Amino acid sequence: MLVAGVDVGSTQTKAVILNENSEIVSRGILNTGANVVKAAEKAFQAARSAAGVEEWEITSIAGTGYGRYKVHFGDIQITEISCHARGASFCFPGTRTILDIGGQDTKGIHINEKGEVVDFCMNDKCAAGTGRFLAAAADVMSIPLDDLGGVALQSDNPLRITNVCTVFVETEIMNHLSRGKKGEDILSGVHQSIAGRSVSLLRRVGIVPEITFTGGVSKNIGMVKALEEKLGSTINVSDDSQYMGALGAAIFALERAKARHDGQEAGAPEATIKERK
Amino acid sequence: MDQHHTDEQKFRFQGTGRDLQKKLLTGWYDRLESAADDGRKVAYLFVPGNVAEFLRVFDFELVFPEVNALQCGVRKISGDLILKAEDIGYSPDVCGYVKNDIGMMLAGNTGPSGHKLPKPDLLLCTYCGCTTFIKWFEALAHFYDVPLVMLDVPYMRSGELGKDDRDYITAQLKELIPLCEKITGKKFDHDKLKTIVGHSREAEEIWVQMLHAAKHRPSPFDAYFEAVFFMAPIYVLRGLPECTGYYREAMKEIDERIEHGVGPIPEEKVRVVIEGPPPWPHFRAFWEMLKKWGVCSVASSYSKVGGFWDHGFRHDPDRPLESIAEYCLTCYTNLSLPMRTDLLRKYAEEYSADAILIHSVKSCRSFSVGQADMRDQFTRVWDIPTLLVESDLADPRYFQAAQLRNRIDAFFESLEHKRLVQA
Repeated sequence: MLVAGVDVGSTQTKAVILNENSEIVSRGILNTGANVVKAAEKAFQAARSAAGVEEWEITSIAGTGYGRYKVHFGDIQITEISCHARGASFCFPGTRTILDIGGQDTKGIHINEKGEVVDFCMNDKCAAGTGRFLAAAADVMSIPLDDLGGVALQSDNPLRITNVCTVFVETEIMNHLSRGKKGEDILSGVHQSIAGRSVSLLRRVGIVPEITFTGGVSKNIGMVKALEEKLGSTINVSDDSQYMGALGAAIFALERAKARHDGQEAGAPEATIKERK
Repeated sequence: MDQHHTDEQKFRFQGTGRDLQKKLLTGWYDRLESAADDGRKVAYLFVPGNVAEFLRVFDFELVFPEVNALQCGVRKISGDLILKAEDIGYSPDVCGYVKNDIGMMLAGNTGPSGHKLPKPDLLLCTYCGCTTFIKWFEALAHFYDVPLVMLDVPYMRSGELGKDDRDYITAQLKELIPLCEKITGKKFDHDKLKTIVGHSREAEEIWVQMLHAAKHRPSPFDAYFEAVFFMAPIYVLRGLPECTGYYREAMKEIDERIEHGVGPIPEEKVRVVIEGPPPWPHFRAFWEMLKKWGVCSVASSYSKVGGFWDHGFRHDPDRPLESIAEYCLTCYTNLSLPMRTDLLRKYAEEYSADAILIHSVKSCRSFSVGQADMRDQFTRVWDIPTLLVESDLADPRYFQAAQLRNRIDAFFESLEHKRLVQA
């Protein structure tokens, strides 16, 4: 039995295929772009190609992320909040607090021992403290996004970035550059600033160990270090951290497919979500 | 009520509350439009803690700027009016109702229903916890060049109704009598005030019965999305016999719904208490987001924004001025944050709610300040699942449908999941 989860995020679309033993068979990732429907199809296709399977071989597909209702080939839709919770709890069963930093969203999620969402908080109407904030910094400094964290870690004198606006932070960085400040010190300040905002968001749901960091920004080593410093503890980061939403969705799909197979009630929210398409 | 119960034989009174409310409000706007021609005097006042009974003694026609603003929101014209106010310098952060009202005035003061609104002869600002009210009426006093009277209502810091506070307000009302007599040429008549207050009391009795009806399962009506229609007469027509008549008729519809076990949605799955004013320009879209999950509001703070009756208070014809003062003191916006928080907890208990939903209003600080603390108190201390979402009451620019839907879906999805797992 194979199932899939497709996570259509604001910046990237991710797909994961799972087998009946909850093992990841393949993954697919691409930039979402303007055509959300196409992005969902292509990411799913990329994952299928990587696994060498046809669409009919996939028993159940769950859509998540902002574009979850655009995953027209999916049979259920679940919010990324539930999916990140499920994915993080699957990878690190001791997880009680999740920080998910995506392209335009930062979420703090508090879960119980079963991986169920107890409480969550999100950033409001502002992209400061999200991946977009880092992208703006990378852009103005002409450094590839993937190298940002590494560069920031070279700093021994982080600057204080006071701006809380993703648009105006560019002006602040340019101001620092024009005054001859070192790139790594500026970037370290940017990471500290995001870490500070994220930890304050986490406090709103309560910080209970273990803490698991998910979403695209969790690939950034500088961000991981800045967060660990602010939290005063280590945090879990999976190799699949940016696929966590898609993985969680795939787990929901698997539970549903198994329940259907066993002829039992799924006991999962998707049982009723389907009718709400 | 939804279209799913349309059996005319069974539902004689379906739609009565809405239809009659519309008729009464149209009649009210008609009276306002013709006020200047007939030489009737007009007072502008705010809904929270309004002293309608007092002003009716002098036969003032009453204009409530927030009611006009919310009606503009529902009719989706608030966005353009807000821009008109911003054009002359009002900041994007200023209350959406204020800018809507200023914009409407700048555009010729045609009301949301298309009726021309009369100029005020008196601006009576009941200061009930909202500091913006003061600035709002100061602006109107400047534009219209008419007298502005501040009725200073002490803030409620504890649940105790102080005699000093009450006396302070009644003294102010007595001081106001000569000015009202001068403007209208009508003498203050204590017996007339008693009669008017008596009408208020009768209407309040039925309104409370209606609010309490939401304790039924399923609730016969939505105490937020439908209550906003049912509540209009108690705020804008209170003290008039037609207001009492309205509640007698509307209650028939509620009783009928209870009798047949029907409510505002096909199946009530989640009962919630809602805090905060609605996003008027997207009222229906917001309701749909919740209906999808079988959510029914069983109590709300917004339906009490003008005044409280459901925990015992009534206007009293035997002590008319004193009871008007108590009414001002106990309106929702005049309560301290701990009082508001505790009240919502009590509602959750009394109305068997599963969760609390807070709709925070970007441009309304008097409502929104402290709501994050409320949420913490509900979730951490009282273990009541609580969702906080934010948009605005009049400014359509603050309504982000995708973000709101995501939060609402995530919240009710996990609530539903918990239920399935526990079952």
